[in-house]
Amino acid sequence: MIRALALLLVLAAWAAVAYGNRALGIMNPVLLPTPGEAAAVAIELTRDGSLPRHVGVSLRRVGEGFGLATLAALALGFLVAVCAPIRLMLEPVIEFIRPIPPLAFLPMFLVWFGLGETSKVAFIGYTTFFPMFVGITASLLRVDVMLLRAAASLGASRLALLRHVVLPAALPGIVVALRLGFGLALFVIVGAEFMGADAGLGYLIMEGRTFFNPAQIVMGALLLGALGSLVNALLQAAERRVLRLRTLL
Amino acid sequence: MNPAGAFKIRIDGVGRSFGHDGRAAPALVDIRLDVPAGELLCLLGPSGCGKSTLLNIIAGFIPPTEGRVLVDGQPVRGPGADRGVVFQEYVLFPWLTVAENVEFGPLLKGTPAAERRRLIARYLDMVGLTPHADKFPVQLSGGMKQRVAIARALANHPSIVLMDEPFGALDAQTREVMQEELSRIQRLEPKTIVFVTHSIREAVYLGDRVVVMTSAPGRIKDVFTIKLPEVRDRFAPEFTRYESEITRVLKEEVAKVRE
Repeated sequence: MIRALALLLVLAAWAAVAYGNRALGIMNPVLLPTPGEAAAVAIELTRDGSLPRHVGVSLRRVGEGFGLATLAALALGFLVAVCAPIRLMLEPVIEFIRPIPPLAFLPMFLVWFGLGETSKVAFIGYTTFFPMFVGITASLLRVDVMLLRAAASLGASRLALLRHVVLPAALPGIVVALRLGFGLALFVIVGAEFMGADAGLGYLIMEGRTFFNPAQIVMGALLLGALGSLVNALLQAAERRVLRLRTLL
Repeated sequence: MNPAGAFKIRIDGVGRSFGHDGRAAPALVDIRLDVPAGELLCLLGPSGCGKSTLLNIIAGFIPPTEGRVLVDGQPVRGPGADRGVVFQEYVLFPWLTVAENVEFGPLLKGTPAAERRRLIARYLDMVGLTPHADKFPVQLSGGMKQRVAIARALANHPSIVLMDEPFGALDAQTREVMQEELSRIQRLEPKTIVFVTHSIREAVYLGDRVVVMTSAPGRIKDVFTIKLPEVRDRFAPEFTRYESEITRVLKEEVAKVRE
């Protein structure tokens, strides 16, 4: 209830500023769209079917890129956690590449993977891989050695330790890493769609810029916010189901 | 059947140093002990005397730098289900319920579900936690957690139980109750137990023998055989006599640490 109220208050404040500006003439009203104008754009684009298509395209790219990055981060994370030599070899490489802002590589992704879907999916996968890999590896390596000892003296083999101790002990950290990764994926899809895309929410926002339609830009941004918080809520619900313990702590 | 003689555990000249290169500091020196099957042996000593290190070596968590430990005549090479361990900090699996913690070992062995349910019922009843089977460790008090840890170790049917100051974190009253429980369980289902403690009263109450260790580096200073009835009275004159005798021996070692 309080959450809904807070969102309504923000909406009311926006409306007050936008309509107030219109009444007092402080700034050109075109530059400061009202909630009504943003809603009108949304309705119009929904009616001609283009908005659902843009949302669908963006979500699909995010889903595929995030999915691939998750698989890679989990696989490499476990490999690194199990095998120290691999960790020593991989760590410096990843720590060198990781600080480079991924957007710096975006033009290269377009060159390598073309203007189609592949470049967007690859870019999202590349961007989200690093923070998820770091988070997953850290959670796997930070498992309490006493828990491992307790399980080993109950007869656990190396494989059983991994499945019955390391995985459940690291799960809360892994889930947080995935949530951060998904948030980042929504973050960078817009950048990826600014360049060389013909559909998607980023493209829609860019189109709003090209044809000077601030209401469309604002609407696209708000839609991203709504999608982000919706997905986050879903992930948190999933997290609570997976980690029944969480409710107790 | 038992090449090392009648002994369940043979500690054969075990030593352990920490640190590396030429600057290794010895923590344990030349420990020789034979523990017959069914004995409850207490390791007693000032803090830092290496008694927990010795227990960790028997458990197979760390290797000795000298000598070896034999269990049933076979050298210890790592942790194993034949040696259950009860830790001072309980170390329950926080994501599992009380019942799931207890069935952890049997589950790894592939024990069928019906048999696991029977084990859970039997051992939770033994430690008096049947009503708490579906709780998580965070919902339990320290004493209850340690009961779960004991049930978890016993349900796996080890022939040896290694206990590292298991009641050290408990308040004085709970501690005495737990000692009585352990003594009762040991009469019910005898195991070979190595019990590390720094409490003389606890050692005299529980031990068939009490090994007093020197301050660092740890050596065996003295071994007392406690000839008291199975059910012990903490206020009996013989009990107090053992207590004061061991206190005298231990005091010399504690004094050394303070110098």
